[in-house]
Amino acid sequence: MVSKEEILKLLEQVRDPEIPLLSVIDMGIIRDVLIENCPDHSDASDTTRVVVKITPTYSGCPAMHLIEEEVLATLHANGFPSVKVEVVLSPAWTTEWLSAAAREKLKASAIAPPAAIENGLVQFPPKKIACPFCNSKKTELRSEFGSTACKSLCFCKECNQPFEYFKSL
Amino acid sequence: MTEAQEISLAPETKQHLFQLALQLGDDLLILGHRLSEWCGHGPYLEEDIALGNIALDCLGEAQNFLALAGELEGRGRTADTLAYFRNEYEFQNCHLVEQPNGDFAMTMARQLFYDLYLSLFLESLQRCSFSPLAGIAEKTLKETRYHLRHAKEWALRLGDGTAESQLRFQAAVDHLWIYTAELSEGSQAHRFLGEQGLVSTPQLIAERWQQLMTEILTEAQLRVPVSTNMIRGGREGKHSEQLGHLLAELQIVARSYPGATW
Repeated sequence: MVSKEEILKLLEQVRDPEIPLLSVIDMGIIRDVLIENCPDHSDASDTTRVVVKITPTYSGCPAMHLIEEEVLATLHANGFPSVKVEVVLSPAWTTEWLSAAAREKLKASAIAPPAAIENGLVQFPPKKIACPFCNSKKTELRSEFGSTACKSLCFCKECNQPFEYFKSL
Repeated sequence: MTEAQEISLAPETKQHLFQLALQLGDDLLILGHRLSEWCGHGPYLEEDIALGNIALDCLGEAQNFLALAGELEGRGRTADTLAYFRNEYEFQNCHLVEQPNGDFAMTMARQLFYDLYLSLFLESLQRCSFSPLAGIAEKTLKETRYHLRHAKEWALRLGDGTAESQLRFQAAVDHLWIYTAELSEGSQAHRFLGEQGLVSTPQLIAERWQQLMTEILTEAQLRVPVSTNMIRGGREGKHSEQLGHLLAELQIVARSYPGATW
């Protein structure tokens, strides 16, 4: 029987459609993989069923459906005809689940990685976000929302470059 | 929702949980639709994208709440059937969210009022012992905090801005204030579940709303309005004329071509 690790290895091929340099594993979208034995499966040659639990990054993220389809397609193409994708909402996705490798990859592609989570409701302490180009902290927030819901737009006053910041959630 | 969770709910509690999930779903669906009307009309590119992103969050959140409402109701209605195949009087959203966008100040004041209410409500709802609702609340709260922060920043910038921007934001706050009593009084479902200890009572939420809103408006150099002619009834399906027009646009494709897929 296939192991959970082998499935996770395969799922590394599934990229986040909005940020293709990151895989769904890097993003922390894959919450769990279960390997189930289903003796009553119609295809007698393979009784293994793979259940992949995923969690949405943002409720309205248009990439979620595509991610679901690509998880199915990737596992089907690799010899797992019986796959189920389950969406779990709790615990809610957080940027704390981004892997260390993911943070490096973000930075390398000029997106500042997320800072620590803040807990305020109305008062937010000002964040000092390091510019992904020159590492200066003389940056300012230009717009709370950027090209996607998960990013905001910043500007570096040191090197005069606009850049995106992956919001902490 | 697992079977065990379903069985453990008393029928009356379940009915009220259905209503509450429906009300939150309707609020977010209608607000999301209103925000989507800004698409391509935002004051500048980044803000246009921000409004579109917030609208998408609202629609995704609405889908979660409405799907759960459908499961609690147990009559086979999905998030889509609830969104597209109910009439005006069957919607239980509050009046505030169905109000037209007006100018940018009006849209941001509406957002500020609703986001603060929703954040306070969800802070309590995420600790609700009915875990499917708590899970959606937890997820929605994370996103709503960003929406609230965005709306608050605009309140400060416009309220404490030029004479013109202050005039407009104050006018929006004054105009929309009559719709806030409905939020603070809570729906019948909210009051019931509050008494059961599943969520904070409307009174507790209203007190914090009033206090925090006063702080925000004061910081933004704006007056806190005093209104006596408060508007109510959205939670009982009594709406302003605005909702019908909105639903016509929201539902026309689904109703003209039932079952269509693409």
